[in-house]
Amino acid sequence: MTYFIDRRPNAKHKSAVNRQRFLERYRKHIKRSVEEAVNRRSITDMERGEKISIPAKDISEPVFQHGPGGARNIVSPGNKEFVAGDKIRRPSGQGGGSGAGEGGASNQGEGVDEFAFTLSREEFLEFVFDGLELPHLQRKPLKSLEEVKMVRAGLSKDGVPSRISITRSMREAYARRIAMRAPIKRALKEAHEALEAEERKDPVLRNPARIAELKTEIERLEKRIAGVPFIDTYDLRYHQLSAQPQPSNQAVMFCVMDVSGSMTQNHKDIAKRFFLLLYLFLEKHYEKVELVFVRHHTAAREVSEEEFFYSRETGGTIVSSALNLVNKIIEKRYPVGQWNLYVAQASDGDNWDDDSNICRDLLIKQLMPQLQYYAYVEITPHDHQSLWHEYASVVKEFPERFAMRQIIEAGDIYPVFRELFKRRLSQS
Amino acid sequence: MSATRKRKPIATGSDWNFNLLERFDAELARLADEYRLDTYPNQIEVITTEQMMDAYASVGMPVGYHHWSFGKQFLAVEGAYKRGQMGLAYELVINSDPCIAYLMEENTLMMQVLVMAHACYGHNSFFKGNYLFRTWTDASSIVDYLVFARKYIAQCEERHGVQAVEQLLDACHALQNYGVDRYKRPSPISAEEEAKRQDEREAYLQTQVNMLWRTIPEPLTGESSLPGSLHNANDDDPLGLHSGGLYPSEPQENLLYFIEKNAPLLAPWQREIVRIVRKLAQYFYPQRQTQVMNEGWACFWHYTLMNRLYDDGNVDEGLMLEFLQSHAAVINQPAFDSPHFSGINPYALGFAIFMDIKRICENPTDEDREWFPDVAGTPWRETVEFAMRNFKDESFIQQFLSPKVMRDHKLFLVVDDDQLEALEVAAIHNEQGYRQVREALATQYALSVREPNIQVVEAAIRGDRSLTLHHVQDNRRPLGRSVYPVIRHLQQLWGFPVHLVSMEEGQVTRRFHWPVEDDNHAS
Repeated sequence: MTYFIDRRPNAKHKSAVNRQRFLERYRKHIKRSVEEAVNRRSITDMERGEKISIPAKDISEPVFQHGPGGARNIVSPGNKEFVAGDKIRRPSGQGGGSGAGEGGASNQGEGVDEFAFTLSREEFLEFVFDGLELPHLQRKPLKSLEEVKMVRAGLSKDGVPSRISITRSMREAYARRIAMRAPIKRALKEAHEALEAEERKDPVLRNPARIAELKTEIERLEKRIAGVPFIDTYDLRYHQLSAQPQPSNQAVMFCVMDVSGSMTQNHKDIAKRFFLLLYLFLEKHYEKVELVFVRHHTAAREVSEEEFFYSRETGGTIVSSALNLVNKIIEKRYPVGQWNLYVAQASDGDNWDDDSNICRDLLIKQLMPQLQYYAYVEITPHDHQSLWHEYASVVKEFPERFAMRQIIEAGDIYPVFRELFKRRLSQS
Repeated sequence: MSATRKRKPIATGSDWNFNLLERFDAELARLADEYRLDTYPNQIEVITTEQMMDAYASVGMPVGYHHWSFGKQFLAVEGAYKRGQMGLAYELVINSDPCIAYLMEENTLMMQVLVMAHACYGHNSFFKGNYLFRTWTDASSIVDYLVFARKYIAQCEERHGVQAVEQLLDACHALQNYGVDRYKRPSPISAEEEAKRQDEREAYLQTQVNMLWRTIPEPLTGESSLPGSLHNANDDDPLGLHSGGLYPSEPQENLLYFIEKNAPLLAPWQREIVRIVRKLAQYFYPQRQTQVMNEGWACFWHYTLMNRLYDDGNVDEGLMLEFLQSHAAVINQPAFDSPHFSGINPYALGFAIFMDIKRICENPTDEDREWFPDVAGTPWRETVEFAMRNFKDESFIQQFLSPKVMRDHKLFLVVDDDQLEALEVAAIHNEQGYRQVREALATQYALSVREPNIQVVEAAIRGDRSLTLHHVQDNRRPLGRSVYPVIRHLQQLWGFPVHLVSMEEGQVTRRFHWPVEDDNHAS
């Protein structure tokens, strides 16, 4: 007796709970590995899982077992030249030796040092962003939304032919036909009955005029029934669409970077990681994320990603040129109603002396009201200059949405990023 | 003879479908019937790779309770599989009635047929016939019991928190190899009864424990610890069950059972979970002792049945070649000095022994007549059935490992004594060595040798409530380093200090304590 069962459509991820329990139990180990990985990894490389190793002793499930030592007998296959009484030098190292084929579970405890496994990309990012919250995650409030989506909203009597609802139109027509024919049919039935009654009478008593009259009446009524139209303009029904405002699920992220002579490649690499983290972060929360790269020295330019990070420029620094350009791009391509706007700026803190307060005004008056969030990182071991101080006054105006931090070396990025985006519980 | 018959294979190529599987199964069933293989009904489940890894991770339990260690197992299996270090699922079959076997969807047609022959007729008949399985497991109720266990543990997690349950399971798992009475016939597990009587038992168990511990006088205060004062406690113990002598009166090897019944501080639900782990350990107990036999038997039958399929013209040469290649890989035994060596391959050894029994029955040599006078020349089908039914690995090897198999495998015995400078080859596959090699190999498969022999000898019910265990050491083989984490788990279950004493020939060789004590306290 045999039954075949196809289990393939059944619940997948049966072990998901156990896997989660495992990850939860070793959370600390895994987090440490993930943080190291974020600092170590090349920039384009975040989009994959991570191999995690946990010391085997932390993870072992102990049972009573024999340790090395004492005397034991070992039977092994594949003898070639040994005869009874031969002495073999003890294989050095690895307790038990290569001949120890115990066919079982003994002394494995010491052999394996690391338990290694792979986190999936999702799990990896989950750990990277663990405890972080996207600033102002709420979708853009509905009232300011311009983006709409057409959804079906019932039926109407007017419309274009392409949206005719045939079933509903036919149903209307059918109803109308029943309604219009009913009184005529009733009259017709009465006429027939009268005619029959007349004809059943004794021939002497019949009234030929009455019969003729009834016959013409019947004929007239039958014509009227035939005249009821099969379908009429009144019957037509059209699907109706109505415009429904949509919460915006797309974001654009402006990467703004100073590429003046004072920014070294090292600075840029640090900045790049910061941008990358932000990008991954946004990508997790929005269906669509666009990137705009704006770099500047004394003048700002929108460039490709490649150019943004790797081409060299020299010259002075005017930050406001970049902010102006961002503003222009927003006006032209990313209407506030449809896009969630984020700006991330990296710089070494240098700016043309008179320019910093221009930047501040530009931010407070024009940019900040439109933005979801503005993050500024200053990559410098030195003291802050005027730009930092001016920005500090922007923070006062927009404490929820404007953040700035200082980064000294690559290892700082992740903590700074975490700090910038940590769940805002204590704030406000 | 058969080659001349016109071959009409059921199918060609490597694609399978349910229709084909059914036809092959019908054919295999017919052959199994002809060979009088007694099996449970088969339930063959087709599953995906991922489901197979799930099944692996839960040690083949079709329904498992949740525990992180299964997640760890899953990650390990998944990792090995993805790196290509491990082929998945030659077979996975569950000792249940009906007997559940898994076929992976990626397998070729040949693989599916092979797995059906191996698992659904080989292992299946082993589960039904072997005395250990008959004694220790109840195939008809295991799935129900697993469902019960999963539900119960899930309820406990809800009521007492995931962490509390997890810690308890960790501790039980550490001791699960010591959850079996080796010399006592167990009562089979029955899910229905478990569920029905569980409440009753909870209450009953607790009163038992209370009875036991009620006889404890107040914590030792001078005089009351004198022997004389013990007799005054007799009001609580009129039968004198607990006065005088050790408790337990005889050493207990079933540690989990002892904990379940006697641990003073466990709550009823905790006792129930200890019991669940113990019952599952009991279910797996026969498998741990019949690896060689079980795999050997299954290989023997898949080999026999596949050849019959070919002889009857039901499969073509292509499928047969693919089968032989796969079969050769399964029963391959690398030599001890090969980089691929990882111990004795139970498939290879078991297959060789069963094939050799058949050979001895059909074409005995003079050597066979001398070594196996009872076997040589008997009908092979009855003899292999006898061997399958009445032995475990240890006794099976002792009884049936022939000089020919030892020669074929070139088995040799090495003595590894840490007091000697070098390893010594004690015996090899020759006239002088056969018996010694066979004896040593059989012992190598004895559970009592593979696992340290540890027993409860005393629970200090009138003293500090500490628990003392003895490790009976032989050949100076000490306990491994894992001993401390394990006795820590034991101490968590027991609730009071735990002492473990290693003894060899009446001499104490080492003491372990948890919580760790100062040395001067050791008595």
